Formats: sequence, C-alpha cells, structure tokens
Amino acid sequence: MVVTAGWYMTLAAALFAIGAVGLLLRRNALIMFMSIELMLNAANLTFVAAGRHLGVLEGQLSVLFVMVVAAAEVTVGLAIIVAVFRKRATASVDELAGLRG
Amino acid sequence: MVDLTPWIIATPLVGFVVLLAGGRWLRGPAAGYFGSATVGVSFLLAAIASTDFLEGGSDAHPATVKLFEWIPSLGVDATLLWDPLSAVMTLVITGVGTLIHIYSIGYMHGDERFGRFFTYLNLFIVSMLLLVLGANFGVLFVGWELVGLSSYLLISFWFEKPTAAAAGKKAFVVNRIGDLGFLIALMLIFAEFGSLAFGAVFDAAPAVLEHGGARVTAITLLLLVGAAGKSAQIPLYVWLPDAMEGPTPVSALIHAATMVTAGVYMVARAGVLFELAPFSAGTVAVVGAATALYAATLAIGQRDIKRVLAYSTISQLGYMFLAVGVGAYVAGIFHLVTHSFFKALLFLGAGSVIHALDGEQDMARMGGLRRAMPLTFVTMAVAWLAISGVPPLSGFWSKDEILAVTFEKGGLFVALWVVGIVTAALTAFYMSRLMFITFWGESRWPSGAKPHESPRLMTLPLVALGGLAVVGGVLNTPMFPALEHFLEPAFELVEQAHLPGAGVQWALAIVSVVAALMGIGYAARRYRGHDLPAEEGGIWTRLEHGYYVDDLYGKVLVGPGKAAARTAAFVFDARIVDGAVNGVAALVRAAGQRLRLLQTGRVRNYGAGILAGAVGLVILVLIRGGGLCWGPRVSLFSRCSC
Repeated sequence: MVVTAGWYMTLAAALFAIGAVGLLLRRNALIMFMSIELMLNAANLTFVAAGRHLGVLEGQLSVLFVMVVAAAEVTVGLAIIVAVFRKRATASVDELAGLRG
Repeated sequence: MVDLTPWIIATPLVGFVVLLAGGRWLRGPAAGYFGSATVGVSFLLAAIASTDFLEGGSDAHPATVKLFEWIPSLGVDATLLWDPLSAVMTLVITGVGTLIHIYSIGYMHGDERFGRFFTYLNLFIVSMLLLVLGANFGVLFVGWELVGLSSYLLISFWFEKPTAAAAGKKAFVVNRIGDLGFLIALMLIFAEFGSLAFGAVFDAAPAVLEHGGARVTAITLLLLVGAAGKSAQIPLYVWLPDAMEGPTPVSALIHAATMVTAGVYMVARAGVLFELAPFSAGTVAVVGAATALYAATLAIGQRDIKRVLAYSTISQLGYMFLAVGVGAYVAGIFHLVTHSFFKALLFLGAGSVIHALDGEQDMARMGGLRRAMPLTFVTMAVAWLAISGVPPLSGFWSKDEILAVTFEKGGLFVALWVVGIVTAALTAFYMSRLMFITFWGESRWPSGAKPHESPRLMTLPLVALGGLAVVGGVLNTPMFPALEHFLEPAFELVEQAHLPGAGVQWALAIVSVVAALMGIGYAARRYRGHDLPAEEGGIWTRLEHGYYVDDLYGKVLVGPGKAAARTAAFVFDARIVDGAVNGVAALVRAAGQRLRLLQTGRVRNYGAGILAGAVGLVILVLIRGGGLCWGPRVSLFSRCSC
C-alpha cells in the first residue's frame, strides 16, 4: 500500500477538525490554545505534503514561518492567560466577556 | 501748499488714536481740549491751504496727493483731492466741528464716558474729511461708510437707554439701504469706465455714456438712493428724527451740519453724470422739493424741541437736493454752508436749553426762557431769523438763490418753486412756533428747575456761530458771488443753472420774504399769548407721529423682514440644517445600537465566525476552481498552469 499525498491530506483534515471542534467546545483557555496548535500543525502537515507532492521547496519553507509565528503567539497568549488567571482565578473564557458590546 | 492736504486728515486722526489709546487716563476735560485742539489745527491747515484758490478762476488747479497704491485693478488708490469744492466742505467740517467740540466740553461735562465721546467725535471728523477729500469713489465710499459707523456710535452713545440703542441701529440699517444703492452705482461706474477715479470718470463721461441713456440714468438714480439714505430724503429719512436720541452736540455736528450733507456733496461732485441724465437730475429736484415740504409740515407738529429741528434739517436738506437737482450746484453748496451755521447754532442753542432744564426736551414744559438765558436766546433768535429767510441774514441769500434758479428753469420747475415758497412759509412758521413757545410766554418749567445761562465754553460757540449765521450770506450774494467764483474750477465740467435777471430776482425775493413774514406773523399771533393753543388730537396727533410712516415701514418692511429672519433661524436653521446634522448622528447611533449586539465578548463566538468564514472561503475556492490543481508548477503559490 502506497502512502500518497491524499493520506496526509486526510490526516491533516482530521486533525484540523479535531482542533476546530476543541476550540469551539472547550472553555478552558489552555485547552483552546492546544486546539489552535493542533489546527496550525494540521496546516503545516498539508504544506509539507503538498510541497513534497509537487516537488517544490516552499512547502517546508512555509512551515518554518508558521512555526515561528505559532511560537510567538503562544508566548503572548500564555502570558495573557497567566495574567488573567492571577486576576480572576479562572481560566474559563466564558467568564472573560468584558468586551461584550 | 498742496502738501498740507494729508495733514488736514492726519491731525484729527492723531487725536482719535491718542484718545482711543489714552482717553481713559486723561483726567477731567483734558480729552475734550485735546480733541478740540486737533480739529482746530486741522481747520487752520485747511484755511491756509484754501488760500490757493482765493485767486479763483481756472488759475487755481486742483491738486491730488497720492498716499499709497491701494487697489490698482479698480483704478483706486488712496488719493486725496484738494479742489475748491473739497476745500469748502473741509472748512465747514473742521470749522463747525471745532466749535461743536468746544461746546461739547461744557455739554458733556461730568459724563462718565467723556473721553470716549471725543474719541468718537474725532473719528467722525476723520471719516468726514476722508469722504470729502477722496479723489475717487473708492476713498469717498470708505469715508461714507465710516461716517455711518461714527454716526451709529454717537447716536447710541447713551446705550443704556433702549431707545438710544434702537435709534442707532435704525440709523445704521436705513443707511445701509442707501449704501447698497451707492455700491451698485459704483460697480456700474467701474463697468462703464474701468476706473473709479473722479478725473478719469468725469472726463470720459460725455464720450462713454449716451446723453439721457438708460445706463447713465441707472447709475445716477442709484447714486440718488445712496444720497437719499445719507441725507435723509424721502423715503429714507426715517432715521434722522430718531437720531436725536444722541447727545445734542452730535445732533448739531453730524445730523445737521456735516454728515447729512454728504449726499448733497456727492451729487454735486458727480454733477457731470447727473447732467448726462436729465431724468435723474429732475428726480433729485422733485425728491428734494417733496422732502422739503413734507418734512416742514411734520416739523410743525412736534413737541420735542430736537425733533422740530430734526424735521427742519430734513426739510432744509430737501432745499439742497432741489438745488443740485436743477443744476444749481453752487447754490446747493452755499445753502449747505449757511445751513451748517444756523442749524448747528439752533441745535447747540436747543442743547443749551435742554442743559439748563436738566434734560427736559418737551417744549410744552419750557416757556419764558428769554430772561433766564439771554445769550442763548439772542443767538438762537439770530438762527431763527436766518433759517426763516429774513434778509439780510445768511439763510435768506442761500434759500433765495435756490428758489430763483429753480424759477428760472421754467416749465414744471415753476411748480417746484411754488413748493419751495410754501415750504419757506412753513419753515418760518414752525421755527417761530419753537421760539415763541420756548422763550416767550409764561414759564412752564418742571418743578424744581432753575434755568441758568450755560457756561462760557458753551456760549462761546453759540456766539461764534451766531456771527457766522448773520454774515454768512456775504459769501455769495447776487451782487458779489464770491463763492461761485471760488467754486468755479470745481464745476467747470458742468453747465451751471443761471439766476434770472435782476428784476425777476427782486420780485422773487419779495415773494419769499413776504412768505416768511406771513409765517412768522401767524406764529406770533398764535403762540405769543399766555395760553398755548391745545394741539392735540386729529391732525396734530398724526403730525407728531410723523404720519405714522414708521408704523407703515414697520408693518410693510420690518415685519416681513423679521418674519423671514425668524423663519430662517427657527424653522430653516433649527429644523432643516440642524435636522440634517442631527439626523446623520441619529442614524449612526441607531446603526451602532444594532451592531453592538454582534460583539458578545465571547471568544468562542468569534472563533465560530472565523471558522465559518474559513469554511466559506474553501467552499468558494472549490466551486470556482480558484486556480488550485495538482499539476506541476513553479511554486506552491503560483497559479496553476494546467
């Protein structure tokens, strides 16, 4: 059985769907972050698979960019979550609706 | 001597600036003495400069002094003109102005805004000099507007009194109506000649404008509108009686002797244009004669001593308009000069009486003042006889010259002569009425009043003006027309109206003297007794209210104007303009109120939105192709080549 690009795409789609569902259904901010990471990595997997399939380098190149951005985003995001947790003693995003119009 | 011209204006201007800056700190009457001194110096300079023209004839050349370039594209520079006409006007303004300045030191003594009064008076003198010395319509117009401003400031000088404030506003607004006509006339003149300079316009006028044509008629009629506003002629005279709310020296200087003659001066100055438009000149004459008669009838019915004099001024200005309308420019200017003497004197005398009676202006509460104020009485009596046209006082000569020239014109002008004679009789009557009620009979003074002669500062100008009112006539008698000779260079471009032959002159003079004596005689019979005739009800009420013309104007013009202003302010502005602005704001607010519901503040809602968007995009790409394919290509992000 040959593992083709389609397999990778299917796996990536599954990972992305799990991440999306996690993001929408979970309340804990940390879990939501992990879900976002899951979706980002699903996208990374797609990039790498497509690049390999088409025989171009940009697939892997893009992944590097995504990882850098994700790292930066996690740094800032975690700092915010810790700060909020210290102030409110909760990590539930439903409690954090201060920007409601 | 040409170089003196700018200094004639500069001296009172310096006075104005110094008083404006330092009037507050000049203690006591110092401001008055200072202001009087500047105007007096200006008079001396003018007198010295006038000697240029004493030779008369065409030897004396008018001189122009260019101060600086102002609006070259309009042909308007800040240029002053020194010719016999402006010389005469300047001498009257500064001469009478000096006397009235001195008088004011006494009259305004103790007023809390003493310094400011003289600041305004000096401003007026400067403006008026600018008006008569300007060498083009532009400078004349600046002076024209400035005298309007100073008139406004001085009428409402006692602005705590609501009537005074209202009178100032009324004078200003009515003058603006005239000014609008004047301004349009200036635009038309510029359109025709490409210049506003007197020399350029008047030299070119006969070539540029067709004699009796529509354009010159339009220009001159609009000039007449301006002149009628400033000189209080029908139908724009209504502001002058109300202007008596100002201090009496102001009434004497501005609303009798000088400013109101600006219209006469302007028509005389633009005589070349009026000569090209016989219809307009005739209109000027008719307006003048009608105003003279009309205002004389109103003067009869006034109880307030100053309002009698105000209507009398309007009436006398009508004579001057009649003169310049029939082309008797010298006679018009002559009457302007003599009138400035005796009318200023009458006003100052009335001021002296009012001063003595602590502000009482109602003649019914005067009477018997002859013995209490002998000097005021004698000088006012001189002015009374002069304005009534009793020979050989000044008013007789100037008024008779106007009437004689009008008669000589013949045709319909004889009718205007008749109007003039009737007016002369009425003039003698109402002036005698004023004199007899005020100075003869029993005292009807308000209780506690102790009339006394005014201080010397006030009587001195009275005596000086009295002397001038007596001898002013020698300026221009038919036997020795000095003024005519003097003014010759100023009017060499126009054809002057002529006096009739000596025999006719004698006959006309006798008619007018008889008319005057009849007026005086009837008034003497009616008013010299101990009991004043009750002048109430019927025609007297109508006269006292000026035939209710103010009410008519109020109903026909002011009312609709106010209604229009109210509509604009409270309907158009408040509802439509503000409504549009507020409507936009309300729209934005309503939209915001609806849209804020989208902002739940819940991260998951936003996340769902983002996800939905992403899914939507993917679906869109799948449906439309979007250039995605699995074929070989150069880059992951370049478009598909298949």
